[in-house]
Amino acid sequence: MNVLTNHAFFDQLIQNQSAIIKGLYLTAYISLTAIIIGTIIGIFVGLFLTYGYRINKFIFRIYVDFIRGTPVLVLVLSAFYVLSVAGVNLTAIQAGILALTVFASSHVAEMTRGALNNISKGQTEAANALGLTFSKTFIYILMPQALRQILPTWINASVETLKASTLVSVIGVGELILTTQQVVSRNFMSLEFYLFAGFLFFILGYSIERIGKYTEQKVSIK
Amino acid sequence: MDYILNFNAVWRDFDLLISGLLLGLRLAFISILLGSVIGLFVAFALVSRNKLLRSISSIYVTVIRNIPILIIILFIYFALPSVGLLLDKVTSFIFALTIYSAAYIAEVFRGGLLSLNKGLFEAGLATGMTAIQTNRIILVPLMLRSVLPALSNNFISLFKDTSLAAVIAVPELTYYTRKINTESFRVIESWMITSLLYVGTCFVIAFTLRQLEKRYAVPK
Repeated sequence: MNVLTNHAFFDQLIQNQSAIIKGLYLTAYISLTAIIIGTIIGIFVGLFLTYGYRINKFIFRIYVDFIRGTPVLVLVLSAFYVLSVAGVNLTAIQAGILALTVFASSHVAEMTRGALNNISKGQTEAANALGLTFSKTFIYILMPQALRQILPTWINASVETLKASTLVSVIGVGELILTTQQVVSRNFMSLEFYLFAGFLFFILGYSIERIGKYTEQKVSIK
Repeated sequence: MDYILNFNAVWRDFDLLISGLLLGLRLAFISILLGSVIGLFVAFALVSRNKLLRSISSIYVTVIRNIPILIIILFIYFALPSVGLLLDKVTSFIFALTIYSAAYIAEVFRGGLLSLNKGLFEAGLATGMTAIQTNRIILVPLMLRSVLPALSNNFISLFKDTSLAAVIAVPELTYYTRKINTESFRVIESWMITSLLYVGTCFVIAFTLRQLEKRYAVPK
């Protein structure tokens, strides 16, 4: 059974194309939403971790460490099962997005904290001496430097989130993996279709990586 | 909300959870060990002067790092039998996690090898050692000591990836939790205990590796 000489594979691919495209779309939608919301929340959490009062620092420290210590699969399953018992009714897709958002936010928070701590104290002092308020210092002085610094790790985290989005297939969201499994269970071409799914993920992940590298070069200070 | 916490169902099967956790640790340990050995060779291929070796190894690392581990697991467990390679579920999972971890570890080792001073290698040759001896006796130990912090991050995330073995019904922690969850409907309790077990284990691993780092860090 060779993939390239096997015409049955292409017939099957064309027959199942709408299902696969739908799965691909759902994968992209879930991971993109999680990355965007996760990044915004993560930056705020990172801010609290660096500049918050002790009690805030403590609470968000526990949040970040707890999420980072739990496997994504456990996050996905808990978001799906626990929240419905607690009275919050989410669809499987929403639960999946929630779990991935929480996952992404904890990683972004940790990066933001690291980057903000890395900026020399003289920058803040200079801004204070110029009479800038804290929010102005943050927006004009600290944030641009921190963002440049976290870009490479942020790209990595985005690829990780994209890869982790496969796990929502376990709670029955019809993204690329579940679609592939359904296609395979109909035509038994497991080798070809799993390879194809892997290929699609590779294309997605690799293009994120390339775009990231390109942006890194564009925004770097020479 | 009238849900009353009741941990009885979880405590009754707590030994199952612990056995699942131990299996997960064992899977992670074996895969990381094998992955580190393969990763070391891949790392040397990544920095070698041979162009063919360099491109093959960098294709391996890039491809594996961009493919979700779930696909690798499903591929090895469900697709490889169609080309005659029938592995049981534990072996398939170890196989999957090994090739996955090797790519990540190789990347860490490559960084470590590049950060070493070039003079070390030349000094080794000058004292009459062969290239292989120099690598084995001088470069690899130094590299291992300098990459320990990056390595321990990878080890922790690889340990967390053992939860995916539940997808192919390997009886580890997540698998048993789902079982307890569906049998007893003590949803909150079972997932709470499992997350705590995972977080606790990660802390223990992190702490142990931190001690190792302190003991073996290259003095500046």
